[in-house]
Amino acid sequence: MEAATATRAPAVPAWRTNLATIAALVARAKNELLRVPGAAIPGVLAPTIFFLGLNGVFGSLIHLNGFGVSSYESFIVPVSMLQGAGFTGAAAGVNLARDYEQGWVDRLLVSPAPRWVLLGGNVLAASARAFVPATFVLAIGFLIGVQWPGLDGLVVCYLMVAAMAAVAACWGSMLALHYKSQSAAPLMQAGMMALVLLTPAYAPLELLQPWLEKVANINPVTNVIEAARQGFIGSVTWHDTWPGLLAVTGLLALLGALALREMRRTNV
Amino acid sequence: MSELASGARVVRALGARSIRQTFRRPQLISPIVVFPTLLLAIQTGGAGAGIELPGFPPVQSFLQFMLAGSMMQSMMLAGNSGGIAFAVDIEMGFTDRLFASPIPRFAIVLGRLAGTAALGLFASLWFLAIGLIFGAHIEGGVPGALLAIALITASAIAVGGIGAAIALRTGSASVVQGLFPLVLVVLFLSSAFFPQELMIEPAKTIAEYNPFSFIVEGVREPIISGVEARPTLEAVAAIAGILLLGLGLSARALRHRLRTG
Repeated sequence: MEAATATRAPAVPAWRTNLATIAALVARAKNELLRVPGAAIPGVLAPTIFFLGLNGVFGSLIHLNGFGVSSYESFIVPVSMLQGAGFTGAAAGVNLARDYEQGWVDRLLVSPAPRWVLLGGNVLAASARAFVPATFVLAIGFLIGVQWPGLDGLVVCYLMVAAMAAVAACWGSMLALHYKSQSAAPLMQAGMMALVLLTPAYAPLELLQPWLEKVANINPVTNVIEAARQGFIGSVTWHDTWPGLLAVTGLLALLGALALREMRRTNV
Repeated sequence: MSELASGARVVRALGARSIRQTFRRPQLISPIVVFPTLLLAIQTGGAGAGIELPGFPPVQSFLQFMLAGSMMQSMMLAGNSGGIAFAVDIEMGFTDRLFASPIPRFAIVLGRLAGTAALGLFASLWFLAIGLIFGAHIEGGVPGALLAIALITASAIAVGGIGAAIALRTGSASVVQGLFPLVLVVLFLSSAFFPQELMIEPAKTIAEYNPFSFIVEGVREPIISGVEARPTLEAVAAIAGILLLGLGLSARALRHRLRTG
């Protein structure tokens, strides 16, 4: 008995095991990106097409009285970056549904890892992956004349992109675990698309149609868009930043709790 | 029963099957209904002030202007969804069973196109209904609405032909699904969402020659102004060109599939 106690390895603290599990799940997503790069192409292409397309189609809106911005590409680029984050996060939900259909989630659920750790790995992986479409769209943007947002503007924008991807991943994971099928994919994508675009995405609040102005005023993502956009069309201020931070925190808390509830309800 | 009547029965049966298939799978129906409706609402609300720009054609509202673009988007995505469903049939061996049965080969493609045409018809009715519910006028009246519906339905067959050709040639649903962004590119590079004169270069010049601009103008004219011969004839010519291309490519891909298995 004494000998057995003496040879037992020291217990690893729970937080370290949890951190290692999250890191392993993030690494799995990274491997998927490196081994099947083609799978990332639609997530990169869609926001890029929207960015170039919207700029080509609606670029002359800057001539409207009250628009107040001289470069439509600078005005629209953060929207496309956030749209890319939304698509990436929703794709994390689709991948989770695929993993469920193929039995991988079952294996995770019988492991001793807490549910929040499993969700956290998926959500953090989505945040990291969102940098790929965002950087691609921004690079294209700089090529066609997007203004340099300053280092602070860039940091705030990328922070919003990562947070929006996490929000979208929580939303996608919640639906994936509820419906347990990839058939829910359109709902994941449409939900995020609506959340990002029912905002002053195309034009300033004052120029939106009255119904959309009302919706945009109560949509928390409006604050996220305005925080991400500020460096591209002016200077970065705390006044325009904190509402965005508050909005993503609230959305993360709400959708994270709902996704966790679905994960706890999921039985093997 | 004559060979033609037998072929028509097969086309009807396969067309009905493809419609049921689309309405049963959210992945197939949502691009046709959910995304274009969402974008119509967002673009109308977000860019609606654009009608005040100098050079914008006289319209009752931006919603009225946008209806044709949304119908086009829905119709093109119906063609893409039809191609995906056809490729799934090929992957699962259903098409091989049809090839082995005593039915005309052309009926297999025409059946799929009949289903796509029905979805195009549905898309045009859906967006006309949305327009009317939210107060858009159809300036061309009933004849104008019927013309818009006919042009969209015919376009669905034309675009569906290209989707069917790619499905037959590749036999892969993921390849056809990969064309989804291309649909968006073609739409953004046409006058589907904004007047071509007000677009930014190089989109403006490309839109001038994009055959889908001719179709969308043919559909838009009866909605915002009234029935006119020139845009209608240009739309018919563009549809005929795409239809010939789609059917030609489908016939070639079908022969290739039958030869190689």
